[in-house]
Amino acid sequence: MSTIETELNTEAEGAETQAETPATTGPDYSEIIYNGIWKNNPALVQLLGLCPLLAVTSTVVNAIGLGLATLVVLIGANIAVSLIRNYVTDAVRLPAFVMIIASFVTSIELIMQAYTYELYQILGIFIPLIVTNCAILGRADSFAARNPVIPSALDGLMMGLGFMAVLVILGAMRELIGQGTLFSDMQLLLGDVAVNWKIEVFTDYPDVLFAILPPGAFIGLGLLIALKNSWDEKAKERAEKNKADTEAVDRRVRVTG
Amino acid sequence: MALLRITSPHTQRAGHRTSWVMQMVILATLPGLLVQTWLFGYGTLINVMIAIVTALASEALVLKLRKRSLSFFLKDYSALLTGLLLALAIPPIVPWWLTVTGVAFAVIVGKQLYGGLGNNPFNPAMVGYALLLVSFPVPMTQWLTVSELSLAQQTLPFVDSIKTIFSSGIANIDAYTMATPLDAFKHKEGLMSEEAFASVKALSQANLDAMLWVNLAYLVGGLFLIYLRIITWHAPAAILAALAVISGFFFIIDISNAATPWFHLTTGATMFGAFLIATDPVSSCTSNKGKLYFGVGIGLLIYIIRTWGGYPDGVAFAVLLMNFAAPFIDYYAQPRTYGHKKAKKGLKTGANK
Repeated sequence: MSTIETELNTEAEGAETQAETPATTGPDYSEIIYNGIWKNNPALVQLLGLCPLLAVTSTVVNAIGLGLATLVVLIGANIAVSLIRNYVTDAVRLPAFVMIIASFVTSIELIMQAYTYELYQILGIFIPLIVTNCAILGRADSFAARNPVIPSALDGLMMGLGFMAVLVILGAMRELIGQGTLFSDMQLLLGDVAVNWKIEVFTDYPDVLFAILPPGAFIGLGLLIALKNSWDEKAKERAEKNKADTEAVDRRVRVTG
Repeated sequence: MALLRITSPHTQRAGHRTSWVMQMVILATLPGLLVQTWLFGYGTLINVMIAIVTALASEALVLKLRKRSLSFFLKDYSALLTGLLLALAIPPIVPWWLTVTGVAFAVIVGKQLYGGLGNNPFNPAMVGYALLLVSFPVPMTQWLTVSELSLAQQTLPFVDSIKTIFSSGIANIDAYTMATPLDAFKHKEGLMSEEAFASVKALSQANLDAMLWVNLAYLVGGLFLIYLRIITWHAPAAILAALAVISGFFFIIDISNAATPWFHLTTGATMFGAFLIATDPVSSCTSNKGKLYFGVGIGLLIYIIRTWGGYPDGVAFAVLLMNFAAPFIDYYAQPRTYGHKKAKKGLKTGANK
């Protein structure tokens, strides 16, 4: 009885407050994809999980390592939360979600310790800190707790990809400006295949410590956000212009008609 | 009471336009520029040239991207001044790309990204300097020394200056370089102050005199600006007083390890920072009372960073940190409005209720 009530409650709440609850016609997958990658990107729009984002993106390999870990945790946590969403009461839902996320993070940490030990050492405290990444708890609470399993998994995947994309771009920017290389030390993550992946973009390059140190991450992220905003604004302008054009056409038709 | 004739917005004011103010500040740097060139060779002059060209080019580039009037903003000389100040602050033998990076960052990120002249919360030249010091600590702390002390017994010749700046450098550059007095004092490695001044070469009288001359030259430039009423005495006086007091205090407490207040006032960028950097009308405090607090903060921070910080000189970081605090100070240092009994203090949240 109580579970049904909770479900009803959450659904009623969701319908009122959240635009992300499933419509009566079923989940809109393309909307989920668009939200995760672009419109509601965890790093660029929600500005969640900035601590790992800023701290570990000094090279591409670090960024991919942490991005992958976060991605896996996001998908796993979203699926698990979605599965139990009808059985936990509101009062204990956050502790339950945190427990789920923490267990996924622990598994990831053990896996990384086993297979990519050097990367595990480089990322250090930031792997366990994925637990505190608000993007994950945020998705669990605002999406997975209100949606069925498959949309939740897709949402986790897309949010994770959006987060990872920003991590990788930021990592590439900082590695390029900071050390003049790209994809250095990829073997830490991908094994011996990637030993020769390192690209020396500028030879004889003086290390620009500023880009490698945290201030570089802040400025880099700021630039990325600015770029996204200006892109969005341009798209909006274009859309409005198109709309105006079609309206004008309509009017003319009406007048002559 | 000093009635300043320049307030914001610094664009149009008959006779005292921004360009005039900037030109006068540029003029005020000339004694310092000449003394630095005379003591340390042509490097400073070459850096100034590179910096000015870069500053104007980056300013023009951003203005073009922002679709602003090129000639109007370029003619206010503010970008040129930013470049000039940064070039005076960096060592005379840094490679050209370092100057270009610093100046471009100062103008583009430090000034234009915030909205251009009048909107920058930080002093652009010091933003550029901080970037360079954090990114390239090695070239940024390599200073030339005066001719008497250098192994080569002369200042770096013009051709060699060009070579060090534009190509990979000359082989015997070490014959011309030496730590600055502040750097040497910071790394005296357990020596007592007296022993350090007696034995460390970079702390010998000739080097100290050179720094004294540079500081005096900037003092002259600063007094010229005060005379023209472009800046007020408040910020520089507060900086120098606070620095003298705190260094005096620690000198009395620990006479064998600390340096004299005179040493702190006449080495490094003290006068340069006090008169030309901290008096920036945009990024410093507005009211005279605010300028006093602002200056005291800078003076204390200079000593703290010099003595316990990671870098030999702390003027740039001190100014940037106090730039952070300037809006806050302004809330608490508003002058009494005419007709009101008391000055307003602080930001009243919900005052409209």
